[in-house]
Amino acid sequence: MGGPDHEREGQGASKTLLRFLTCGSVDDGKSTLIGRLLYDSQLVLEDQLAALVADSRKLGTVGNDIDFAFLVDGLQAEREQGITIDVAYRYFATGKRKFIVADTPGHEQYTRNMATGASGADLAVILVDARKGLLTQTRRHSFIVHLLGIRHVVLAVNKMDLVAFSEARFDEIAAAYREFAARLGIPDVTCVPVVARTGDNVCRPGETMGWYKGPSLLAILEETEAGQDPSGRPFRMPVQLVSRPNADFRGFSGNVVSGRVAPGDKLTVLPSGRVAEVARIVTADGDLAVAKAGDAVTIVLAEEVDVSRGDVLTAAAERPQVADQMAAHLIWMGDEPMLPGRPYHVKCGTQAATATVSALKHKINVDTLEKTAARQLGLNDIGLCNLSFSRPLVFEPYDTLRELGSFILIDKLSNATVGAGLIRFGLRRAEHVHWQALTIDKAARAAAKHQKPCCLWFTGLSGSGKSTLADLLDKRLHADGRHTYILDGDNVRHGLNRDLGFADADRVENIRRVAEVAKLMVDAGLIVIVSFISPFRAERRMARDLFQEGEFVEVFVDTPLEVCEQRDPKGLYRKAREGLIKNFTGIDSEYERPEAPELHLLTEQASPEALVDDILADLARRSSA
Amino acid sequence: MTRLSDHLKKLEDESIFILREVAAEFQKPVLLYSIGKDSSVLLHLAMKAFYPAKPPFPLLHVDTTWKFAEMIAFRDETVRRLGLDLIVHINEQGLAEGISPVTHGSAVHTDVMKTVALRQALDKYGFDAAIGGARRDEEKSRAKERIFSVRSAQHRWDPKSQRPELWRIFNTRLRPKESMRVFPLSNWTELDVWSYIEAESIPIVPLYFAAERPVVERDGMLIMVDDARLPLQQGEKPQMRRVRFRTLGCYPLTGAIESTAASLAEIVDELVEARTSERQGRVIDKDEAGSMEKKKQEGYF
Repeated sequence: MGGPDHEREGQGASKTLLRFLTCGSVDDGKSTLIGRLLYDSQLVLEDQLAALVADSRKLGTVGNDIDFAFLVDGLQAEREQGITIDVAYRYFATGKRKFIVADTPGHEQYTRNMATGASGADLAVILVDARKGLLTQTRRHSFIVHLLGIRHVVLAVNKMDLVAFSEARFDEIAAAYREFAARLGIPDVTCVPVVARTGDNVCRPGETMGWYKGPSLLAILEETEAGQDPSGRPFRMPVQLVSRPNADFRGFSGNVVSGRVAPGDKLTVLPSGRVAEVARIVTADGDLAVAKAGDAVTIVLAEEVDVSRGDVLTAAAERPQVADQMAAHLIWMGDEPMLPGRPYHVKCGTQAATATVSALKHKINVDTLEKTAARQLGLNDIGLCNLSFSRPLVFEPYDTLRELGSFILIDKLSNATVGAGLIRFGLRRAEHVHWQALTIDKAARAAAKHQKPCCLWFTGLSGSGKSTLADLLDKRLHADGRHTYILDGDNVRHGLNRDLGFADADRVENIRRVAEVAKLMVDAGLIVIVSFISPFRAERRMARDLFQEGEFVEVFVDTPLEVCEQRDPKGLYRKAREGLIKNFTGIDSEYERPEAPELHLLTEQASPEALVDDILADLARRSSA
Repeated sequence: MTRLSDHLKKLEDESIFILREVAAEFQKPVLLYSIGKDSSVLLHLAMKAFYPAKPPFPLLHVDTTWKFAEMIAFRDETVRRLGLDLIVHINEQGLAEGISPVTHGSAVHTDVMKTVALRQALDKYGFDAAIGGARRDEEKSRAKERIFSVRSAQHRWDPKSQRPELWRIFNTRLRPKESMRVFPLSNWTELDVWSYIEAESIPIVPLYFAAERPVVERDGMLIMVDDARLPLQQGEKPQMRRVRFRTLGCYPLTGAIESTAASLAEIVDELVEARTSERQGRVIDKDEAGSMEKKKQEGYF
């Protein structure tokens, strides 16, 4: 196989790149297989080998043999636990090809890492243990591989030595897998029996399995066609940044993601829809006569048009879609569940916006491929969702063009990447609902009422005294001639939110609706008092984000749980303790305390009247500010 | 451009994309310039990424004061030639305490003059993204590093809370005081770096080319006597040997290899014949198993 001479030769222009991932269940021998590929293609160097022998002796699980898994299990925690817990990237080359390998973990809770490895791959090697055959994980990984658009799958049936190199056993597993893959719709499946530990059929034919006439795993990797070349598709380039080194130069930098472009071509800038002609394609190596998919370039347009980061330059004749609502598969990667209605940051190519899931259509059981109804997505769940974005996004369906068909969701509080999205199609209905520009605006309505409208958002446990305080405050404001309204949790649930329960997903929707109503009322010039338990920080923040600076006043009604439970004005705590009410805040559902409320009321230390005095004083300060 | 193989062209396009993302998404990025071959490639890519503009970030060199004299000369010449801003940071406290690789050993010296010094510099200037030339093929724990990797306010790296990185969509969001490390060369191998230097005629420090140099042999490593600060042990006498360096760091911690490779083509030839990985020449990785992982958690690049 690819010795040193081959490798040198391989730097020539003909050598191609294949990105593939390996996946399988725990102990199927993924790391060993990659270690074997590196070792047999002579990419293991002397000092690495010395470290490997030392590691194998100290921690090894294969007696005195060299444990090839140590070549790839990078983090110390993993070496000690004997499992791979994170995606590792490895590089090797043969005379024909350069390879980038993503070694992905088999443990269920790390499925998100598998999706990560699959997102950039052209081919997947799925390992199974010949003794165990297809497992839940095998099906799960195959489904993710298919979902992420990988067209080529190699099933490596490992540990053939432990089933006495049985052809019948191999055929049985291969047939079962082909049947499953066909149901998924994976177009290209190859099965190969291997022994990663000894290298049989990995880089060379295994004499132990004379009955197998097919190519070795490495030969398959060398011959499989890499990803489809998007050069033949219409031109698309997401703008990364605007280059303005001086007053005479204005260019738009980015990587072409599909098609070709040449000076003189007519382009459309989306989402604005403006049309312009390409004047120059600038690179540090000189202007180009044509740029194609993959190229990092800077495009100068002949006309002065407004272009900024996040816009997409596209062929004028063949535009991609633009929509603010679309259907997408979502792979959930967050520890906290995905709740419809909760806002997340979204990044799609270079476009950024806020996204909420407006409907979770179904969750997919990846073992049976069954679609089931669900209210939320937990870690490693996959579902088909409708999403709504804060602004229109330029996109293509994922299966048409990964670069414009994929997005990530980011938690607004933790900044963690919590979801990976694959766009299926745009939803058109939003196009017909336009914002109506109104003549009488919020300022005019407020002026007519001689007050500064705002939303006082009371949050706290059930029985903390929110309603009592809100009612008292409302009376005092009303007596002062203010125009007010109270939105009370219980009351709203009798009408507007009658259809909602108390599961997390319902609580999020409950708050979203109330926040939107409160916003309309503030627009109308009212002082709105909202009295809701609103237990989650994310939703209180969502509510806050609807308002302008200074309009939202978070009032934390802070009463210890024991005191609330002792008061128990509606007998709810007793019922919750008896198990008659589920998801009761403070008992079996969490209350996340506000971190920086505008007002923090300690109800045990002052009378309700005194606390309302404090609120009024604060309001007076705000309206004079 | 046409000189590049398909593979190198893809790597170049990807790295340029990453560098532009940094410029677009962060308030105050900086490029960590360590003068070595990887930094030379990184800088070359940055010049290409923003052409005809200059890179919109300064270079930062954390100087341990024990770099080879030729490295410092090359650094100053490079900055002058390209017309870039260079910030040189030295841990003055460490310097005042006389920390040196000779008297304190590699672990203490690296921690104080490199790791702590880097944290000092990032805090001092308030950089929110630091671009480095690390590659995943260098060491096992690097193989799992993200391209965009978050560091806490204390500059610590938590291998358990790394963000999944899908497609080429990078989550660049930070909380106050957090910062990002960005590695545009993640997918390059040592051979790719050399092949690219050759194809693009990128200037590098002459120490990479074989020449007669004064060296002493210690613990199986050839250490160059770069100046009078290296105390010679009993019986040690510098010998002139034909050597070159595969990696450049602090001179008392960087082993030379015997070589006759005096041109880029010869270096690439030697490399594909080689059976020793480049970090072998670094004393600091050998301290104990998983030592790179530990250093990274502490904030080493």
